[in-house]
Amino acid sequence: MSIELRTSPHQHSGRDVPVIMRNVVYSLLPICAFSIWQYGLSAAALILVVTLACLAAERINNMIRDNGNSLSDWSAVITGVLLALTLPPSFPLWMGAVAGFAAVWLGKSLFGGLGQNPFNPALIGRAFVQAAFPTAISTWVPAYMPHRFSEFIPSSLTAPFMVPPEIALWVKQQGMDAFTGATPLARWKFENITASSMDFLTGNITASAGETSAILILLCGLYLAYRKFLDWRIPVAVLGSAMLLAWAFHLAQPARYPTPTFVLLSGGLMLGAWFMATDMATSPVTPRGIWLYGALIGILTVVIRYFGGLTEGVMYAILIANATGSLLDQFNQPRILGGKKGKS
Amino acid sequence: MSDTQEINTPSFAMVRTLGLVSVICGIIIVGVYQFTLPAVNANKKLALERQVFKVLPNAKKVVPYFATGSGIAVAEDIDKAPAGAVVFYAVYDVADKLTGIAAEASSSGYADQVRILYAYDVDKQAITGIGVISMRETPGIGDKILTDKAFLQNFEALDVRLSTDLQSLANAVKTVKHGTKANPWQIDAIAGATVTSKAVGRGINESAQNLLPKLVPHLDQLRINEKGEEGRVKGNPPGREGRADGAGWTSPFPLHSSQMALNSSPFSSKGAHA
Amino acid sequence: MSTPSSFDEFLDGLWKQNPIFVMVLGMCPTLAVTVSAVNAISMGLATTFVLGTSCLLVSLLRHAIPKQVRIASYIVIIATFVTVVDYAIQAISLDLYQALGAYIKLIVANCILLGRAEAHAAKNPPLPATTNAIGMGLGFTLGLFLIGCVREILGAGKLFGVALFGDHFQPWVVMVLPPGGFFVLGFWLITIAAFRHINKKRNAQLQGAQP
Repeated sequence: MSIELRTSPHQHSGRDVPVIMRNVVYSLLPICAFSIWQYGLSAAALILVVTLACLAAERINNMIRDNGNSLSDWSAVITGVLLALTLPPSFPLWMGAVAGFAAVWLGKSLFGGLGQNPFNPALIGRAFVQAAFPTAISTWVPAYMPHRFSEFIPSSLTAPFMVPPEIALWVKQQGMDAFTGATPLARWKFENITASSMDFLTGNITASAGETSAILILLCGLYLAYRKFLDWRIPVAVLGSAMLLAWAFHLAQPARYPTPTFVLLSGGLMLGAWFMATDMATSPVTPRGIWLYGALIGILTVVIRYFGGLTEGVMYAILIANATGSLLDQFNQPRILGGKKGKS
Repeated sequence: MSDTQEINTPSFAMVRTLGLVSVICGIIIVGVYQFTLPAVNANKKLALERQVFKVLPNAKKVVPYFATGSGIAVAEDIDKAPAGAVVFYAVYDVADKLTGIAAEASSSGYADQVRILYAYDVDKQAITGIGVISMRETPGIGDKILTDKAFLQNFEALDVRLSTDLQSLANAVKTVKHGTKANPWQIDAIAGATVTSKAVGRGINESAQNLLPKLVPHLDQLRINEKGEEGRVKGNPPGREGRADGAGWTSPFPLHSSQMALNSSPFSSKGAHA
Repeated sequence: MSTPSSFDEFLDGLWKQNPIFVMVLGMCPTLAVTVSAVNAISMGLATTFVLGTSCLLVSLLRHAIPKQVRIASYIVIIATFVTVVDYAIQAISLDLYQALGAYIKLIVANCILLGRAEAHAAKNPPLPATTNAIGMGLGFTLGLFLIGCVREILGAGKLFGVALFGDHFQPWVVMVLPPGGFFVLGFWLITIAAFRHINKKRNAQLQGAQP
């Protein structure tokens, strides 16, 4: 994926930005479909609204700056879909739209558009709504509710700028008595209960719209890596470092810290490792830089989860690693062929 | 302007100018200080009264005291506490009867120090109310400690009895996980605002561990007032009673209902402290 | 060099050289105390008072102060009026004093003040010096107020403490946190820069059409 940056493009592979971006969107479709299967109308509407908000923001930005039409590069669609997949399915649609605008404007347009942005736009959008609406973004609903295809979750349809209604009672009325309203990570952190790996694989857990099925994300990511639309080293470094660190903690204190499997499957680590850390504009291009960058994300994620105030750390881990991206590149320039070893 | 002229400025001229400027400025500052002092002090008292009134609704008079290892004494100026002294406020009702003790507790919360004022009931040996003096906790999460009814119920009678040797609390005040409070000295945390809830518990524990052993053996001293004016006069050094500028912190001051209207100040809105 | 009229001097700070939006000075209070419109205006007026009075005094003493000790003198003068404002606000309202916190005292470190004293008041007679300073102060107040309005409306659903959207408004918590200050400041900088850009273009077109 970083071919063009390191060598002269003497021969074009035919893969320009829109082609790559479109393929990433295709690979996200199964994850979206699974999310809609689990959460029904609300998830579908959320994905649609957030994506449309991103497209609208991009278009408005085009009009203000009078620089043509950048909708056709598909990047705003990716931002929108990825952002929607990281939000809780019950997230009010108007807040989703706010997140979409924040993602494109704060995360991308301000820096000069696609390729200039140091941070992953989707995560900037999520960080913005995390800071703006901390209650709504930590309100969850169970998957596989009986009436999910015929009615919306009440909080989805909150009027713009208004407080979403309490949904705990509504969830109970849906016949979901056992539902606690906490994600597996929160339940581990506050109650020391770890969910079973089986639940993670079938998606029978409480999570953001697109984080439920680790296996599906893994398959979609592997497809992209196979087609060489993403750099396999990044997800390997992220997941590997997270697993090693989690394993070390688990060995030291098995009662306190969860198994590496739990750490890999829970929360947004899979989605983050395969689809967000690999964002071409925001990740390093030098070989050593890539490994360091991925390892930094994995380590930070585990550290934030174990010792931070928040239950999930993938978002901030990736944003922090994004910030170090260009530095990592600068310190890890490969030796020029024929150059001397050591300092030049 | 020519540079040569400036280079040749004699030292005396420079000293003279700086002296002149300092004199003018000094006069302005001292004048304004004297002019605003009564209003500033009145404001400070009002602010304290408002806080105390929130945690002890029967309050009529508030007297600041210092508690040290050797005993307690009326605080003449609470900004000039001797080393190791703890400030607390003896609170009296209409009949000059000791209705409670108010003291400050603080501990670091999620964003910054959480400073609270708590009311200690002498007879029940329990904390009977808390109010927040200042905090910067996340609006909507941490600041629930002001509004969450279940959380505030912890402070209807939070047990802070002293152990038999009067050196420390019989049971340390502790914030426990939401829904697991089992003893009257435990605080049930707010779900999702554990850090702030813990800060409140830690602050109260530290303050109570520090203050109560110094205070409880001398409680009778605070009750002298109940017998009449004698105690109050004794408690105050002569000569400070009559200060018209309001600088003296010693004289107990009456609460007027009209002053309470200031409670609804526009600046005390949630966002103002963030 | 032609002497600008008093009104020009005044407008200079209010708009043409607005301390916040054009010179980007005094960012510390700009970001810190603008969580509500009332705080913003209070801070702005306090700064305006210090600006006006200190520039008046600096201008009056401008022939008496030798160049070598001018910075020391200006700082002493500015610090004096900051102390005055500090006491005055304590006397007016302790709540406001606590809401503004350390930023009242930090007015002394606000670059607008020393900047004005050095660049303008020290070279001009009292009347234009004071007019210019007050214009700058009000320009600063305007900037703070614009930021404070947006942050209060989005962050609390209120303006001047009055609820605008009823009880069910969802506050944008981020707006009353420090990042909100940066977002809103950036928003206004972009908006005003765009406005100036369009204005300049239009003027250029008009001038191009005339001859």
